[in-house]
Amino acid sequence: MKKILSLVLVLMMGITMLSGCGSKGETTDEAETKTNENTLSGKIVIAGSTSVQPLSEELAAVFMEKYPEVSVEVQGGGSSVGVKSAADKIADIGAASREIKESEKSLGLTEYVIAKDGIAVVVNPSNKVSDLSLDQIKKIFTGAITNWKEVGGEDQAITVVSREEGSGTRGAFVEITKIEEKNAEGKNMDNTTKNALVQPSTGAVKQTVSNTPDAIGYISMGAMDETVKGVKVESVEATEETAKAGTYKIARPFNYLTNGEESEVVKAYITFVLNEGQEIVKEEFISVK
Amino acid sequence: MKKYEKIIEAFLLICATVATLSVFLITFFIFKEGLPILKEYGIIHFVFGKTWSPTNGSYGAFPMIMGSISVTLGALIIGVPMGISCAVFLAEIAPKSIVKIFKPAIELLAGIPSVVYGFFGLAILVPLIRMHILPIIQKFNGEAYTSGYSILAGAMILAVMILPTIVNISENAIRSVPIEYKQGSLALGATQFETIIKVILPAAKSGIITSVVLGMGRAVGETMAVILVTGNMPKVPGSVLDSVSTLTGTIAMEMGYATPTHQKALFATGVILFVFIMLLNVSATWTMKRLGGE
Repeated sequence: MKKILSLVLVLMMGITMLSGCGSKGETTDEAETKTNENTLSGKIVIAGSTSVQPLSEELAAVFMEKYPEVSVEVQGGGSSVGVKSAADKIADIGAASREIKESEKSLGLTEYVIAKDGIAVVVNPSNKVSDLSLDQIKKIFTGAITNWKEVGGEDQAITVVSREEGSGTRGAFVEITKIEEKNAEGKNMDNTTKNALVQPSTGAVKQTVSNTPDAIGYISMGAMDETVKGVKVESVEATEETAKAGTYKIARPFNYLTNGEESEVVKAYITFVLNEGQEIVKEEFISVK
Repeated sequence: MKKYEKIIEAFLLICATVATLSVFLITFFIFKEGLPILKEYGIIHFVFGKTWSPTNGSYGAFPMIMGSISVTLGALIIGVPMGISCAVFLAEIAPKSIVKIFKPAIELLAGIPSVVYGFFGLAILVPLIRMHILPIIQKFNGEAYTSGYSILAGAMILAVMILPTIVNISENAIRSVPIEYKQGSLALGATQFETIIKVILPAAKSGIITSVVLGMGRAVGETMAVILVTGNMPKVPGSVLDSVSTLTGTIAMEMGYATPTHQKALFATGVILFVFIMLLNVSATWTMKRLGGE
């Protein structure tokens, strides 16, 4: 009994010592970065699109690590809020995950495209359908078209594969393809058919589409490979180039908007995002570089 | 020495308290997070609402409740007869040399991670259902259609997953039936088969029911394997070939991105699951008392 007790004690001591070492290591790391610190200081407020928000947060975290005296605050609100808060100078930078509308251009905001977000529509490699229009895609995903023969394929029921509620990819997809529409009360409604399989990740959607002959799904463009077949949308192939050029329709720009003269710290942040920051952008989105 | 014992006693007390306290804390937390939205949205609406579409603001958990029930029921229909038969075989019929191979193999099933079961189902069962089972059903009903992601796939996977629980506990129960019962029955001229059906199984009833209840608990709570094979379609199922989403699956899938209200709704789903499992357990204990109490 005593032996076990002493063994436990020794183990506990060992663990505390180890964890002690760990935290010590971290503090020295921090100290090192501090010695490299730059003189830049100030505060940046970014507000707007919730789709850009996670990317902004990641970029901001790296930026703040580089310039510890700067604090970057990232808020949500939606693309329209982003445009408005930049125009009213409530935020230093407004974020929008869509093109700037004509009516908004008159506000005189400076636009920076920081990334592009492209979504590929994929089918099983055995499927003969290779080109769909935006309207057909919308009809398939809302359940108005349920058979492949209606879009030029074989007489086979369509298995729609969607992402789970709340997913950013789903949010972007339904927004661009107009599956999400305002209802009578003016509230945005996601009209994805109830007969859609729901898969919780890009990988799961890919797996489902690759082993179900009559399935159609959508995945982030970066995740495409030969297990699934990308469909042309409005006769344009889904590639990084077409998405960058804007000819591929299911893609959207992530915009940063500023109003008037930018402060030094905002300028530095935007330069950072457009250069080094593109490495972070590349992890999930299409870089603009 | 006495002091030493006191320390151990205190240590044991702490362990017991932590376990009990965890149950209360978790229960308290789930209800605290989930109840407000149940009240606000209306319990009836939440439980019997047929549309689960959190982004559109409708939180009807009925499809998921039906999903969980149907998958669990399916698993029991397939798994219980198979498990009990297996237990009878191992305890009564099989020679020792075979038991030595079979038993560890079945116990090994319990050690396989659920995501592996799920992946197996996704790669093997789902295509199998679409390519081989669907054509058979289409002969009787031309309208039938399935992508393979279905209640059936979930039930088959879960049936295998609950086998070790059912086999182990049932086998123990059957083995602990007094040998006199068996000897008496055989001496009266009953065959071995009659003895098993009419004497041994009734005598081991309470143990067998316990095994089924535990298996059912595992089936209701299983998440990962089910997410992969049932298709997660929040729709009230019409046949075993339809896709369904389950309570646990929905919580696991949607928690990551959920907005605050959505998250509360998922906790409310947790409350439903909690009540659901409580009801199952209580009714199971009750049946057990009525059937095997005497």
